[in-house]
Amino acid sequence: MILVRKIFGKISLKLIGVVSATAIIIIGVYSYFNVTSQSDVLLAEVERHANQLSESVKNSTRYVMLLNQRDHIQEMINRIGKDPAIDNVRILNKEGEIIYSAHPEDIGKMLDKQAESCYACHAENKALEKLPIQQRTRIFKTHSDSSRILGIINPIYNEKSCSLADCHAHYANAKVLGVLDITISLSEVDEQIRQNEIREILFAVIAITAIGFIIGFFVKRWVDHPVRELVSATDQVAAGNLNYIIKNLSNDELGTLGKSFNNMIKKLDETSQQLYQSTKMASLGQLAAGVAHEINNPLTGVLTYSSFLLKRTKDNPQMQEDLNVIVRETMRSREIVKGLLDFARQSTPKKSSIDVNDIINHAIAVVNNQLKLNKVNLVKEFDSSLPKITADVNQIQQVFLNLFVNGIDAIGQNGGTLTVKTSQISLSPRGITQIKNAGCSKTHSLIDIEHKIGGMPSLKMKIKSNGNEGYVNIDPIYGNHRHYFGIAFDNNSNVNLACPVCDISFIDKNSKCPECGGPTYKIQIPNQGFIEGCASFKDNWQKWDFVDRAGVKKFVEINVTDSGCGIPSENLNKIFEPFFTTKGQRGTGLGLSVIWGIIDNHNGSITVESKLSVGTTFSVRLPQNDLLRSI
Amino acid sequence: MKEEVKILIIDDEEVVINSISKIAISEGYSVDPVLDAFSALQKISSSKYDLIICDIMLPGMDGFQFLAELESKRIETPVIMTTGYSTIENAVKSLYTGAIEFIPKPFTVDEMISVISRGLKYNSIMKLKKSNNDSILIVPCPAKYYRLGYSGWMNKEHDGSVLIGATDSFIKTIDLIKKIELASVNEKLTQATPAVKFETVDGLVHQLYSVISGIILASNERLIDEPELLEKDPYFDGWIYRLVPTELDYEMKLLIPCSSDRS
Repeated sequence: MILVRKIFGKISLKLIGVVSATAIIIIGVYSYFNVTSQSDVLLAEVERHANQLSESVKNSTRYVMLLNQRDHIQEMINRIGKDPAIDNVRILNKEGEIIYSAHPEDIGKMLDKQAESCYACHAENKALEKLPIQQRTRIFKTHSDSSRILGIINPIYNEKSCSLADCHAHYANAKVLGVLDITISLSEVDEQIRQNEIREILFAVIAITAIGFIIGFFVKRWVDHPVRELVSATDQVAAGNLNYIIKNLSNDELGTLGKSFNNMIKKLDETSQQLYQSTKMASLGQLAAGVAHEINNPLTGVLTYSSFLLKRTKDNPQMQEDLNVIVRETMRSREIVKGLLDFARQSTPKKSSIDVNDIINHAIAVVNNQLKLNKVNLVKEFDSSLPKITADVNQIQQVFLNLFVNGIDAIGQNGGTLTVKTSQISLSPRGITQIKNAGCSKTHSLIDIEHKIGGMPSLKMKIKSNGNEGYVNIDPIYGNHRHYFGIAFDNNSNVNLACPVCDISFIDKNSKCPECGGPTYKIQIPNQGFIEGCASFKDNWQKWDFVDRAGVKKFVEINVTDSGCGIPSENLNKIFEPFFTTKGQRGTGLGLSVIWGIIDNHNGSITVESKLSVGTTFSVRLPQNDLLRSI
Repeated sequence: MKEEVKILIIDDEEVVINSISKIAISEGYSVDPVLDAFSALQKISSSKYDLIICDIMLPGMDGFQFLAELESKRIETPVIMTTGYSTIENAVKSLYTGAIEFIPKPFTVDEMISVISRGLKYNSIMKLKKSNNDSILIVPCPAKYYRLGYSGWMNKEHDGSVLIGATDSFIKTIDLIKKIELASVNEKLTQATPAVKFETVDGLVHQLYSVISGIILASNERLIDEPELLEKDPYFDGWIYRLVPTELDYEMKLLIPCSSDRS
């Protein structure tokens, strides 16, 4: 049953089935009408032929009849009746008596008015005298298994010479004297019709099979293969291979689907790169700050005690000299640590309300000379209604300065175009807002750095269900549900979620999941309200009022496009790495990684698209209203 | 012989406590070291101190919470903040929340001695102010000015530049100025980092923090020859630097408006 469903569940087979059924119906109807019309034509031809024959017989016997030479007539009929195609030739008188016949044993027999040869005229009580040819013919079978026979009757009308002849055989007032009845065997015609039918059926079967195979071939080629390719691509991506690209894309809709799939994976790759970078930068900053703090305390001791020793040994120049080295080097260490702290400090932007268009104009003013020197044509496409954003003026200016200088460098000496475009975009908070902090009512943090989902620390809770106890890691992106269950859990309603440190339950007893009616959890997000969700995990209901209330997240987007040399794709995901440079001795490799850090600290994002020898576009997105800034 | 001066030292690191104690004792002060803010509050409730030196990163209650606690208990003993996590943010926040001085670790002996001396002087002025209610011992800064803690002021000029200088309270806490060491024009100053060095006749070197960040447009050369200008007219003729501010809007958030001193 499953196998059957599997086979017939396939899109290609469904298509082949539908097309074949249509072909069967069309070809079947066509063949049916074709065969019937052919038989009709054949029969009509036979009929015409029979009629001609009947007229010929009548005409050639006319004179002999007038002479009343009965033997002669009988001889003629016998001869005609010998033709194998002719079944019988009979002449009947008005009373129905067979006068002549190709079968001599029939002569003298009487035919009833109900006999098939008489019925056409004698159906009514009063006999008809004239009939059109179609009604004078009849097709019948003598036995049920004999071949068909076509009969044609031809009335023999009275003529003057018949009643005035010497023999005075007929009365002058009779109109019809008798009938000539010729029957022709249709076995040959029937054989031909049967062969026609066989031919038509053969043709139909071959045509339908051919259509099935042709459709099957192209469906396999145009639908089956690309779909299978897509499925394997999704499997690859699910397994974590974000560099997978679907090749050999066609120009049809499936090709477009493949293209947008590739695009999606590219974007996904970029995002995860960003996350990776963000975590790296953040941990580097944290490390620097931590090291600074830890080292400064012992340095205090060293500096104080060596200074005191200096004071105490004023009479010992040798020792003074050594101690001075200690003091000097400790002071140097102090400066090094200060440098580390300054590096960590980069990560805290000093925010005020700024107009991005203004900032860009300032940055352009700085590089104006360089633009002229390199014959770069600057195109500004500013959205004049751009709202102000909360950001660090200097840092944002640094970002654009860097991007402009990079663009000019990429264009080189031969001139080109640098386009700067600003615009506003809106994105839904679901699927992009990260839960960066969460705790129980005793402020134990739920953030689990050890277990990351999508590259970000997850929310860890204790889960108890049906006597099982373990941990669950909740997806930190609001609206995403890539949760990880540490225990076997079958999405049931008998569940308890609790703080892993103090066991306080997160189940909200006053609330039911609006989708499944099961229990819900409610977790506090410091300064950002509560996040609620379905605790039985039967459905994906989740609600974060604080974020939802802010509605869609609005961003200011700035695109900087240069018509330069472009970035090779193998370098594209490395350009935001610290110390990656293609400028050799000229660059430090810190520019883009610093830009990246700045944008990330503003809760924005930066992405790059590039085509070799066509150009590069950097897209910077900065949040418009910073109410949701996570602390 | 000096009157007994008691300093409360709060730091969770033994070596830091020992260092500060050693410096204070060498100057003839008596010290009381504690390892956290809770025991410090207990100590304060039982005995009086002339000065408190407090770390920011403390177990349980941190330095900022401790400052808030002091304010809610109306304890006016001056507090000097210190930390190994010596960021500008921490410095500015300390001064904004009521500390009179901020000294980053590691400090030299001389730096610590100068800071302690200023703190104690400030304490005695405040005591004096309390006992003679009417007399104006310190000239407050003009109403439209802003100050960083108690020591430096800034004023936005019409042309967009900013003047910075030392407040009268800072000048009153140091001895007669012997020599002033100014930074040169075009140098960049960062908020809450040393901007001027004053050498006083008692042999100490005092550093004044820059009130805001900016590039020096001009410095008041007159001060080099007439340091007494600072004492005579600290808010007008005694200005120190004229700056082109770099992050004015952001930095002004943690400055105290001088108008608040008059209520």
